[in-house]
Amino acid sequence: MAETLTPKLVPKEISAASAPTAAPFIEIEGVSLYYGASRALKNISVHLEEKVVTAFIGPSGCGKSTLLRCLNRMNDLIDGVRIEGSIKIGGHDIYAKDVDVIELRKRVGMVFQKSNPFPKSIYENVAYGLRLHGVKAKSDLDTRIEESLQQAALWEEVKDRLHSSALGLSGGQQQRLCIARAIAIKPEVILMDEPASALDPIATARIEDLILDLKKYFTIVIVTHNMQQAARISDHTAFFYIGELVEFASTTKIFTNPAQKRTEDYVSGRFG
Amino acid sequence: MENHFEAGIENLRQQLLLMASHAEKLVNEAVQALMQRDHDLALRAKANDHMLDQFEIEIDELAIQLLTKAPLATNLRLVTVAMKISQNLERIGDEATKIAKRARDLSQEPPVKITLDLPRMAALALAMVKDALDSFVHRDSAAARTIIPRDKEVDALNKQIHAALVEHMVENPDTIARCLHWIVAAKSLERIADHAKNIAEEVVYLCEAQDIRHPAVKAV
Repeated sequence: MAETLTPKLVPKEISAASAPTAAPFIEIEGVSLYYGASRALKNISVHLEEKVVTAFIGPSGCGKSTLLRCLNRMNDLIDGVRIEGSIKIGGHDIYAKDVDVIELRKRVGMVFQKSNPFPKSIYENVAYGLRLHGVKAKSDLDTRIEESLQQAALWEEVKDRLHSSALGLSGGQQQRLCIARAIAIKPEVILMDEPASALDPIATARIEDLILDLKKYFTIVIVTHNMQQAARISDHTAFFYIGELVEFASTTKIFTNPAQKRTEDYVSGRFG
Repeated sequence: MENHFEAGIENLRQQLLLMASHAEKLVNEAVQALMQRDHDLALRAKANDHMLDQFEIEIDELAIQLLTKAPLATNLRLVTVAMKISQNLERIGDEATKIAKRARDLSQEPPVKITLDLPRMAALALAMVKDALDSFVHRDSAAARTIIPRDKEVDALNKQIHAALVEHMVENPDTIARCLHWIVAAKSLERIADHAKNIAEEVVYLCEAQDIRHPAVKAV
Protein backbone atom coordinates (compact mmCIF):
# COMPACT_ATOMS: atom_id res chain seq x y z
CA MET A 1 0.00 0.00 0.00
CA ALA A 2 1.31 3.46 -0.86
CA GLU A 3 2.31 5.49 2.15
CA THR A 4 2.58 8.87 0.48
CA LEU A 5 -0.81 10.28 -0.28
CA THR A 6 -1.62 13.23 -2.48
CA PRO A 7 -3.73 16.03 -0.93
CA LYS A 8 -7.39 15.18 -0.83
CA LEU A 9 -9.47 16.70 -3.53
CA VAL A 10 -12.81 17.82 -2.25
CA PRO A 11 -15.57 19.51 -4.24
CA LYS A 12 -15.23 23.26 -4.27
CA GLU A 13 -17.99 25.83 -4.53
CA ILE A 14 -20.72 23.34 -3.94
CA SER A 15 -24.19 24.81 -4.09
CA ALA A 16 -26.26 24.99 -0.93
CA ALA A 17 -28.47 22.20 -2.27
CA SER A 18 -25.57 19.79 -2.25
CA ALA A 19 -23.35 21.22 0.43
CA PRO A 20 -21.28 18.47 2.04
CA THR A 21 -22.46 17.70 5.52
CA ALA A 22 -21.45 14.15 6.23
CA ALA A 23 -18.02 12.59 6.36
CA PRO A 24 -16.83 11.12 3.05
CA PHE A 25 -18.37 7.74 2.34
CA ILE A 26 -15.97 6.47 -0.28
CA GLU A 27 -12.35 7.38 0.47
CA ILE A 28 -9.95 6.74 -2.37
CA GLU A 29 -6.39 7.44 -1.25
CA GLY A 30 -3.30 7.35 -3.46
CA VAL A 31 -4.69 4.69 -5.76
CA SER A 32 -2.53 3.56 -8.64
CA LEU A 33 -3.43 0.62 -10.86
CA TYR A 34 -1.11 -1.28 -13.16
CA TYR A 35 -2.01 -3.60 -16.02
CA GLY A 36 1.35 -5.43 -16.04
CA ALA A 37 3.90 -2.65 -16.49
CA SER A 38 1.39 -0.12 -17.76
CA ARG A 39 0.08 2.34 -15.14
CA ALA A 40 -3.60 2.99 -15.83
CA LEU A 41 -4.36 5.03 -12.69
CA LYS A 42 -1.85 7.45 -11.23
CA ASN A 43 -2.04 8.16 -7.53
CA ILE A 44 -5.74 9.03 -7.39
CA SER A 45 -7.06 10.55 -4.17
CA VAL A 46 -10.66 11.60 -3.97
CA HIS A 47 -13.45 11.45 -1.42
CA LEU A 48 -17.04 10.77 -2.52
CA GLU A 49 -20.04 11.63 -0.41
CA GLU A 50 -22.91 9.46 0.64
CA LYS A 51 -26.21 9.65 -1.25
CA VAL A 52 -25.01 11.95 -3.96
CA VAL A 53 -24.42 11.19 -7.62
CA THR A 54 -20.79 11.51 -8.64
CA ALA A 55 -19.97 11.42 -12.35
CA PHE A 56 -16.62 10.24 -13.68
CA ILE A 57 -15.88 11.84 -17.05
CA GLY A 58 -12.94 11.87 -19.39
CA PRO A 59 -11.82 10.67 -22.81
CA SER A 60 -11.56 6.96 -23.62
CA GLY A 61 -8.66 5.34 -21.84
CA CYS A 62 -8.51 7.98 -19.09
CA GLY A 63 -9.08 5.41 -16.33
CA LYS A 64 -12.59 6.36 -15.24
CA SER A 65 -14.07 2.87 -15.74
CA THR A 66 -10.96 1.30 -14.25
CA LEU A 67 -11.39 3.38 -11.09
CA LEU A 68 -15.11 2.58 -11.00
CA ARG A 69 -14.30 -1.13 -11.16
CA CYS A 70 -11.84 -0.73 -8.28
CA LEU A 71 -14.77 0.22 -6.07
CA ASN A 72 -16.19 -3.31 -6.04
CA ARG A 73 -12.95 -5.08 -6.88
CA MET A 74 -14.05 -6.07 -10.36
CA ASN A 75 -10.45 -5.59 -11.48
CA ASP A 76 -9.45 -8.56 -9.29
CA LEU A 77 -10.82 -10.73 -12.07
CA ILE A 78 -8.25 -9.45 -14.58
CA ASP A 79 -4.86 -11.18 -14.72
CA GLY A 80 -1.83 -9.01 -14.15
CA VAL A 81 -3.65 -6.17 -12.39
CA ARG A 82 -1.88 -4.65 -9.38
CA ILE A 83 -3.40 -1.96 -7.19
CA GLU A 84 -1.65 0.41 -4.76
CA GLY A 85 -3.22 2.81 -2.30
CA SER A 86 -6.37 2.33 -0.29
CA ILE A 87 -10.11 2.50 -0.82
CA LYS A 88 -12.49 2.67 2.09
CA ILE A 89 -16.23 2.47 1.82
CA GLY A 90 -18.17 3.40 4.92
CA GLY A 91 -14.89 3.40 6.82
CA HIS A 92 -13.93 -0.17 5.83
CA ASP A 93 -10.86 -0.90 3.71
CA ILE A 94 -12.30 -2.92 0.83
CA TYR A 95 -8.87 -4.30 -0.09
CA ALA A 96 -8.17 -5.61 3.42
CA LYS A 97 -7.19 -9.28 3.52
CA ASP A 98 -10.26 -10.41 5.44
CA VAL A 99 -12.76 -8.81 3.05
CA ASP A 100 -15.30 -11.18 1.52
CA VAL A 101 -15.50 -9.97 -2.07
CA ILE A 102 -18.95 -11.47 -2.57
CA GLU A 103 -20.17 -9.55 0.47
CA LEU A 104 -18.47 -6.40 -0.86
CA ARG A 105 -20.30 -6.72 -4.19
CA LYS A 106 -23.54 -7.01 -2.26
CA ARG A 107 -22.76 -3.64 -0.68
CA VAL A 108 -21.49 -2.18 -3.95
CA GLY A 109 -23.73 -3.13 -6.86
CA MET A 110 -23.01 -2.49 -10.51
CA VAL A 111 -24.95 -1.71 -13.67
CA PHE A 112 -23.16 -2.08 -16.97
CA GLN A 113 -23.28 -0.32 -20.34
CA LYS A 114 -25.07 -3.19 -22.03
CA SER A 115 -28.04 -4.50 -20.14
CA ASN A 116 -27.33 -8.11 -19.15
CA PRO A 117 -30.46 -9.76 -17.79
CA PHE A 118 -30.22 -13.48 -17.14
CA PRO A 119 -32.10 -15.61 -19.70
CA LYS A 120 -34.81 -16.15 -17.11
CA SER A 121 -38.12 -14.57 -16.22
CA ILE A 122 -38.38 -10.99 -14.97
CA TYR A 123 -39.22 -12.34 -11.51
CA GLU A 124 -36.28 -14.74 -11.45
CA ASN A 125 -33.85 -12.03 -12.52
CA VAL A 126 -34.59 -10.04 -9.39
CA ALA A 127 -35.04 -13.12 -7.19
CA TYR A 128 -31.62 -14.50 -8.14
CA GLY A 129 -29.52 -12.18 -6.00
CA LEU A 130 -32.00 -12.27 -3.16
CA ARG A 131 -31.90 -16.08 -3.01
CA LEU A 132 -28.11 -15.97 -3.17
CA HIS A 133 -28.19 -13.77 -0.10
CA GLY A 134 -30.51 -16.04 1.84
CA VAL A 135 -34.02 -14.76 1.11
CA LYS A 136 -35.99 -17.97 0.63
CA ALA A 137 -39.63 -17.48 1.64
CA LYS A 138 -41.88 -16.77 -1.33
CA SER A 139 -43.76 -14.02 0.47
CA ASP A 140 -40.48 -12.26 1.30
CA LEU A 141 -39.28 -12.69 -2.26
CA ASP A 142 -42.55 -11.33 -3.66
CA THR A 143 -42.37 -8.28 -1.44
CA ARG A 144 -38.75 -7.50 -2.17
CA ILE A 145 -39.21 -8.06 -5.91
CA GLU A 146 -42.20 -5.74 -6.10
CA GLU A 147 -40.38 -3.15 -4.00
CA SER A 148 -37.29 -3.29 -6.22
CA LEU A 149 -39.27 -3.12 -9.45
CA GLN A 150 -41.25 -0.19 -8.02
CA GLN A 151 -38.03 1.59 -7.06
CA ALA A 152 -36.62 0.93 -10.52
CA ALA A 153 -39.81 2.44 -12.05
CA LEU A 154 -40.54 -0.79 -13.90
CA TRP A 155 -43.34 -2.34 -11.81
CA GLU A 156 -46.26 -0.79 -13.69
CA GLU A 157 -44.90 -2.04 -17.01
CA VAL A 158 -44.16 -5.62 -15.95
CA LYS A 159 -46.49 -6.48 -13.04
CA ASP A 160 -48.76 -8.53 -15.31
CA ARG A 161 -45.95 -10.49 -16.92
CA LEU A 162 -43.48 -11.17 -14.13
CA HIS A 163 -42.97 -14.72 -15.32
CA SER A 164 -42.29 -13.82 -18.94
CA SER A 165 -38.72 -13.85 -20.21
CA ALA A 166 -36.68 -10.77 -19.34
CA LEU A 167 -35.21 -10.97 -22.83
CA GLY A 168 -38.58 -9.87 -24.23
CA LEU A 169 -38.27 -6.45 -22.61
CA SER A 170 -37.07 -3.39 -24.51
CA GLY A 171 -33.48 -2.20 -24.05
CA GLY A 172 -34.51 0.52 -21.61
CA GLN A 173 -36.72 -1.87 -19.64
CA GLN A 174 -33.91 -4.43 -19.52
CA GLN A 175 -31.57 -1.80 -18.11
CA ARG A 176 -34.13 -0.81 -15.48
CA LEU A 177 -34.52 -4.52 -14.65
CA CYS A 178 -30.76 -4.70 -14.12
CA ILE A 179 -31.06 -1.71 -11.79
CA ALA A 180 -33.94 -3.47 -9.95
CA ARG A 181 -31.74 -6.57 -9.68
CA ALA A 182 -28.89 -4.46 -8.29
CA ILE A 183 -31.02 -2.63 -5.71
CA ALA A 184 -32.99 -5.70 -4.59
CA ILE A 185 -30.15 -6.76 -2.32
CA LYS A 186 -30.05 -3.26 -0.81
CA PRO A 187 -26.54 -2.17 -1.66
CA GLU A 188 -25.04 1.02 -0.23
CA VAL A 189 -23.38 2.03 -3.46
CA ILE A 190 -24.43 1.59 -7.08
CA LEU A 191 -21.76 1.83 -9.74
CA MET A 192 -22.99 2.58 -13.25
CA ASP A 193 -20.75 2.26 -16.28
CA GLU A 194 -22.40 4.24 -19.10
CA PRO A 195 -25.81 2.80 -18.22
CA ALA A 196 -27.73 4.69 -20.90
CA SER A 197 -25.27 4.84 -23.77
CA ALA A 198 -27.08 2.17 -25.77
CA LEU A 199 -30.56 3.61 -25.18
CA ASP A 200 -32.77 5.99 -27.13
CA PRO A 201 -33.45 9.49 -25.70
CA ILE A 202 -36.75 8.51 -24.04
CA ALA A 203 -35.31 5.40 -22.36
CA THR A 204 -32.27 7.50 -21.40
CA ALA A 205 -34.48 10.13 -19.79
CA ARG A 206 -36.22 7.42 -17.75
CA ILE A 207 -32.91 6.03 -16.53
CA GLU A 208 -31.75 9.54 -15.63
CA ASP A 209 -34.95 10.26 -13.69
CA LEU A 210 -34.54 6.93 -11.96
CA ILE A 211 -30.96 7.78 -10.94
CA LEU A 212 -32.18 11.07 -9.45
CA ASP A 213 -34.85 9.15 -7.49
CA LEU A 214 -32.42 6.49 -6.32
CA LYS A 215 -29.87 8.89 -4.87
CA LYS A 216 -32.20 9.36 -1.91
CA TYR A 217 -31.30 5.82 -0.90
CA PHE A 218 -27.98 4.99 -2.50
CA THR A 219 -24.58 6.51 -3.21
CA ILE A 220 -24.22 6.49 -6.98
CA VAL A 221 -21.07 6.69 -9.04
CA ILE A 222 -21.60 6.89 -12.78
CA VAL A 223 -19.20 6.81 -15.70
CA THR A 224 -20.52 8.67 -18.70
CA HIS A 225 -19.25 10.01 -21.99
CA ASN A 226 -22.28 12.25 -22.25
CA MET A 227 -21.43 15.66 -20.77
CA GLN A 228 -25.05 16.75 -20.73
CA GLN A 229 -26.01 13.59 -18.90
CA ALA A 230 -23.39 14.30 -16.26
CA ALA A 231 -24.70 17.86 -16.03
CA ARG A 232 -28.30 16.67 -15.69
CA ILE A 233 -27.90 14.00 -13.05
CA SER A 234 -24.72 14.40 -11.04
CA ASP A 235 -23.97 16.54 -8.02
CA HIS A 236 -20.21 16.22 -8.26
CA THR A 237 -18.02 15.50 -11.24
CA ALA A 238 -14.49 14.14 -11.49
CA PHE A 239 -12.56 14.67 -14.71
CA PHE A 240 -9.85 12.14 -15.55
CA TYR A 241 -7.17 12.34 -18.20
CA ILE A 242 -4.61 9.64 -19.02
CA GLY A 243 -4.94 8.01 -15.63
CA GLU A 244 -4.86 11.23 -13.62
CA LEU A 245 -7.63 12.94 -11.72
CA VAL A 246 -7.43 16.44 -13.19
CA GLU A 247 -10.31 18.10 -11.37
CA PHE A 248 -13.04 17.22 -8.90
CA ALA A 249 -15.71 19.76 -8.01
CA SER A 250 -19.42 20.37 -7.96
CA THR A 251 -20.93 19.57 -11.35
CA THR A 252 -22.10 23.17 -11.75
CA LYS A 253 -18.55 24.39 -11.26
CA ILE A 254 -17.06 21.83 -13.66
CA PHE A 255 -19.53 22.72 -16.41
CA THR A 256 -19.66 26.49 -16.00
CA ASN A 257 -16.24 27.44 -14.67
CA PRO A 258 -13.72 24.61 -14.49
CA ALA A 259 -10.47 25.52 -12.75
CA GLN A 260 -8.22 23.52 -15.06
CA LYS A 261 -7.65 24.29 -18.73
CA ARG A 262 -7.70 20.56 -19.59
CA THR A 263 -11.18 20.27 -18.07
CA GLU A 264 -12.37 23.37 -19.95
CA ASP A 265 -10.99 21.98 -23.22
CA TYR A 266 -12.57 18.57 -22.68
CA VAL A 267 -16.05 19.74 -21.65
CA SER A 268 -16.01 22.26 -24.52
CA GLY A 269 -15.33 19.42 -26.96
CA ARG A 270 -11.83 20.60 -27.92
CA PHE A 271 -10.37 17.14 -27.41
CA GLY A 272 -11.45 13.66 -26.46
CA MET B 1 -11.95 19.77 -40.69
CA GLU B 2 -13.71 22.97 -39.55
CA ASN B 3 -14.93 23.14 -35.98
CA HIS B 4 -18.49 24.24 -36.76
CA PHE B 5 -19.40 24.87 -33.16
CA GLU B 6 -16.43 27.17 -32.55
CA ALA B 7 -17.25 28.94 -35.83
CA GLY B 8 -20.80 29.47 -34.54
CA ILE B 9 -19.50 30.92 -31.27
CA GLU B 10 -17.21 33.28 -33.19
CA ASN B 11 -20.10 34.35 -35.42
CA LEU B 12 -22.18 35.17 -32.33
CA ARG B 13 -19.31 37.21 -30.90
CA GLN B 14 -18.87 39.11 -34.16
CA GLN B 15 -22.58 39.90 -34.41
CA LEU B 16 -22.57 41.19 -30.86
CA LEU B 17 -19.56 43.41 -31.56
CA LEU B 18 -21.28 44.76 -34.65
CA MET B 19 -24.43 45.47 -32.63
CA ALA B 20 -22.34 47.15 -29.94
CA SER B 21 -20.65 49.46 -32.43
CA HIS B 22 -24.08 50.46 -33.85
CA ALA B 23 -25.42 51.12 -30.34
CA GLU B 24 -22.42 53.23 -29.42
CA LYS B 25 -22.73 55.23 -32.67
CA LEU B 26 -26.46 55.75 -32.08
CA VAL B 27 -25.94 57.07 -28.55
CA ASN B 28 -23.16 59.38 -29.74
CA GLU B 29 -25.33 60.79 -32.53
CA ALA B 30 -28.36 61.29 -30.29
CA VAL B 31 -26.30 63.10 -27.64
CA GLN B 32 -24.56 65.20 -30.27
CA ALA B 33 -27.92 66.14 -31.81
CA LEU B 34 -29.21 67.15 -28.36
CA MET B 35 -26.17 69.24 -27.43
CA GLN B 36 -25.75 70.89 -30.80
CA ARG B 37 -29.46 71.35 -31.52
CA ASP B 38 -28.91 69.43 -34.76
CA HIS B 39 -32.33 68.60 -36.18
CA ASP B 40 -31.08 66.51 -39.13
CA LEU B 41 -28.75 64.43 -36.99
CA ALA B 42 -31.63 63.83 -34.54
CA LEU B 43 -33.81 62.53 -37.37
CA ARG B 44 -31.03 60.25 -38.69
CA ALA B 45 -30.35 58.83 -35.22
CA LYS B 46 -34.06 58.21 -34.63
CA ALA B 47 -34.34 56.37 -37.95
CA ASN B 48 -31.56 53.89 -37.02
CA ASP B 49 -33.09 52.34 -33.91
CA HIS B 50 -34.67 49.44 -35.84
CA MET B 51 -31.19 48.11 -36.66
CA LEU B 52 -30.58 47.29 -33.00
CA ASP B 53 -33.98 45.59 -32.75
CA GLN B 54 -33.01 43.44 -35.72
CA PHE B 55 -29.63 42.61 -34.17
CA GLU B 56 -31.30 41.61 -30.91
CA ILE B 57 -33.55 39.14 -32.71
CA GLU B 58 -30.68 37.70 -34.78
CA ILE B 59 -28.38 37.31 -31.77
CA ASP B 60 -31.10 35.52 -29.82
CA GLU B 61 -31.63 33.15 -32.76
CA LEU B 62 -27.91 32.44 -33.01
CA ALA B 63 -27.66 31.92 -29.25
CA ILE B 64 -30.63 29.54 -29.20
CA GLN B 65 -29.13 27.53 -32.08
CA LEU B 66 -25.88 27.28 -30.12
CA LEU B 67 -27.70 26.31 -26.91
CA THR B 68 -29.26 23.33 -28.70
CA LYS B 69 -25.69 22.10 -29.11
CA ALA B 70 -25.27 22.30 -25.34
CA PRO B 71 -22.20 24.52 -24.93
CA LEU B 72 -20.32 24.23 -21.65
CA ALA B 73 -17.84 26.21 -19.54
CA THR B 74 -16.68 29.48 -21.17
CA ASN B 75 -18.82 28.85 -24.24
CA LEU B 76 -21.92 28.42 -22.09
CA ARG B 77 -21.20 31.67 -20.28
CA LEU B 78 -20.53 33.49 -23.55
CA VAL B 79 -23.82 32.41 -25.10
CA THR B 80 -25.92 33.39 -22.08
CA VAL B 81 -24.01 36.64 -21.64
CA ALA B 82 -24.40 37.47 -25.35
CA MET B 83 -28.19 37.28 -25.01
CA LYS B 84 -28.15 39.60 -22.00
CA ILE B 85 -25.72 42.07 -23.51
CA SER B 86 -27.73 42.28 -26.72
CA GLN B 87 -30.85 43.00 -24.70
CA ASN B 88 -29.03 45.81 -22.87
CA LEU B 89 -27.75 47.18 -26.18
CA GLU B 90 -31.27 47.17 -27.59
CA ARG B 91 -32.48 49.12 -24.54
CA ILE B 92 -29.57 51.54 -24.95
CA GLY B 93 -30.84 52.01 -28.51
CA ASP B 94 -34.36 52.72 -27.21
CA GLU B 95 -33.01 55.35 -24.82
CA ALA B 96 -30.89 56.91 -27.58
CA THR B 97 -34.00 57.10 -29.73
CA LYS B 98 -35.84 58.89 -26.93
CA ILE B 99 -32.98 61.38 -26.69
CA ALA B 100 -33.05 61.84 -30.47
CA LYS B 101 -36.80 62.58 -30.38
CA ARG B 102 -36.30 65.17 -27.63
CA ALA B 103 -33.34 66.61 -29.58
CA ARG B 104 -35.54 66.86 -32.66
CA ASP B 105 -38.28 68.74 -30.76
CA LEU B 106 -35.89 70.95 -28.78
CA SER B 107 -34.02 71.97 -31.94
CA GLN B 108 -37.28 73.53 -33.21
CA GLU B 109 -37.81 75.58 -30.01
CA PRO B 110 -35.86 78.51 -28.53
CA PRO B 111 -33.13 77.35 -26.11
CA VAL B 112 -33.93 77.26 -22.37
CA LYS B 113 -31.73 79.76 -20.54
CA ILE B 114 -30.35 77.48 -17.84
CA THR B 115 -26.93 76.01 -17.18
CA LEU B 116 -27.11 72.26 -16.74
CA ASP B 117 -24.35 69.74 -16.16
CA LEU B 118 -25.80 67.67 -18.97
CA PRO B 119 -22.64 67.63 -21.13
CA ARG B 120 -20.73 66.08 -18.24
CA MET B 121 -23.50 63.57 -17.60
CA ALA B 122 -23.60 62.65 -21.30
CA ALA B 123 -19.81 62.30 -21.41
CA LEU B 124 -19.87 60.01 -18.36
CA ALA B 125 -22.67 57.84 -19.75
CA LEU B 126 -21.02 57.59 -23.18
CA ALA B 127 -17.67 56.69 -21.61
CA MET B 128 -19.37 53.99 -19.53
CA VAL B 129 -20.92 52.46 -22.67
CA LYS B 130 -17.62 52.59 -24.53
CA ASP B 131 -15.61 51.16 -21.62
CA ALA B 132 -18.16 48.39 -20.96
CA LEU B 133 -18.00 47.32 -24.60
CA ASP B 134 -14.20 47.54 -24.62
CA SER B 135 -14.08 45.34 -21.53
CA PHE B 136 -16.20 42.80 -23.40
CA VAL B 137 -13.96 42.93 -26.48
CA HIS B 138 -10.82 42.45 -24.37
CA ARG B 139 -12.48 40.15 -21.83
CA ASP B 140 -11.10 42.43 -19.16
CA SER B 141 -13.03 41.86 -15.96
CA ALA B 142 -10.85 44.24 -13.93
CA ALA B 143 -11.77 47.05 -16.33
CA ALA B 144 -15.43 45.99 -16.20
CA ARG B 145 -15.42 46.17 -12.40
CA THR B 146 -14.20 49.79 -12.48
CA ILE B 147 -17.23 50.81 -14.58
CA ILE B 148 -19.83 49.73 -12.02
CA PRO B 149 -19.32 52.43 -9.34
CA ARG B 150 -19.34 55.17 -12.02
CA ASP B 151 -23.09 54.65 -12.39
CA LYS B 152 -23.65 56.38 -9.04
CA GLU B 153 -22.03 59.57 -10.35
CA VAL B 154 -24.43 59.60 -13.30
CA ASP B 155 -27.39 59.00 -10.97
CA ALA B 156 -26.32 61.94 -8.80
CA LEU B 157 -26.00 64.23 -11.81
CA ASN B 158 -29.44 63.19 -13.00
CA LYS B 159 -30.95 64.11 -9.64
CA GLN B 160 -29.14 67.43 -9.67
CA ILE B 161 -30.31 68.24 -13.22
CA HIS B 162 -33.85 67.16 -12.40
CA ALA B 163 -33.96 69.46 -9.36
CA ALA B 164 -32.54 72.40 -11.34
CA LEU B 165 -35.12 71.92 -14.10
CA VAL B 166 -38.01 71.65 -11.64
CA GLU B 167 -36.90 74.89 -10.01
CA HIS B 168 -36.59 76.56 -13.41
CA MET B 169 -40.09 75.40 -14.41
CA VAL B 170 -41.58 76.84 -11.21
CA GLU B 171 -39.99 80.19 -11.93
CA ASN B 172 -40.55 80.11 -15.71
CA PRO B 173 -43.80 78.31 -16.44
CA ASP B 174 -43.52 79.14 -20.17
CA THR B 175 -40.52 76.78 -20.38
CA ILE B 176 -42.28 73.74 -18.90
CA ALA B 177 -42.67 71.88 -22.19
CA ARG B 178 -38.99 72.37 -23.09
CA CYS B 179 -37.76 71.58 -19.57
CA LEU B 180 -39.73 68.32 -19.64
CA HIS B 181 -37.86 67.35 -22.82
CA TRP B 182 -34.59 67.94 -20.96
CA ILE B 183 -35.79 65.91 -17.95
CA VAL B 184 -36.63 62.99 -20.23
CA ALA B 185 -33.29 63.27 -22.06
CA ALA B 186 -31.38 63.31 -18.75
CA LYS B 187 -33.35 60.30 -17.51
CA SER B 188 -32.49 58.46 -20.73
CA LEU B 189 -28.80 59.16 -20.18
CA GLU B 190 -29.14 57.84 -16.67
CA ARG B 191 -30.76 54.65 -18.05
CA ILE B 192 -28.00 54.30 -20.64
CA ALA B 193 -25.45 54.35 -17.81
CA ASP B 194 -27.53 51.66 -16.01
CA HIS B 195 -27.37 49.44 -19.09
CA ALA B 196 -23.62 50.03 -19.40
CA LYS B 197 -23.29 48.91 -15.79
CA ASN B 198 -25.37 45.81 -16.54
CA ILE B 199 -23.08 44.99 -19.47
CA ALA B 200 -20.02 45.41 -17.23
CA GLU B 201 -21.55 42.99 -14.71
CA GLU B 202 -22.12 40.46 -17.50
CA VAL B 203 -18.49 40.83 -18.58
CA VAL B 204 -17.39 40.02 -15.03
CA TYR B 205 -19.57 36.90 -15.15
CA LEU B 206 -18.17 35.95 -18.55
CA CYS B 207 -14.57 36.28 -17.34
CA GLU B 208 -14.78 35.14 -13.73
CA ALA B 209 -18.02 33.13 -13.53
CA GLN B 210 -18.94 35.40 -10.59
CA ASP B 211 -22.43 36.85 -10.46
CA ILE B 212 -21.87 40.30 -8.95
CA ARG B 213 -25.36 41.66 -9.56
CA HIS B 214 -27.52 42.72 -6.64
CA PRO B 215 -24.92 42.45 -3.86
CA ALA B 216 -27.55 43.45 -1.28
CA VAL B 217 -29.66 40.39 -2.12
CA LYS B 218 -26.67 38.08 -1.74
CA ALA B 219 -25.72 39.60 1.59
CA VAL B 220 -29.10 38.57 3.07
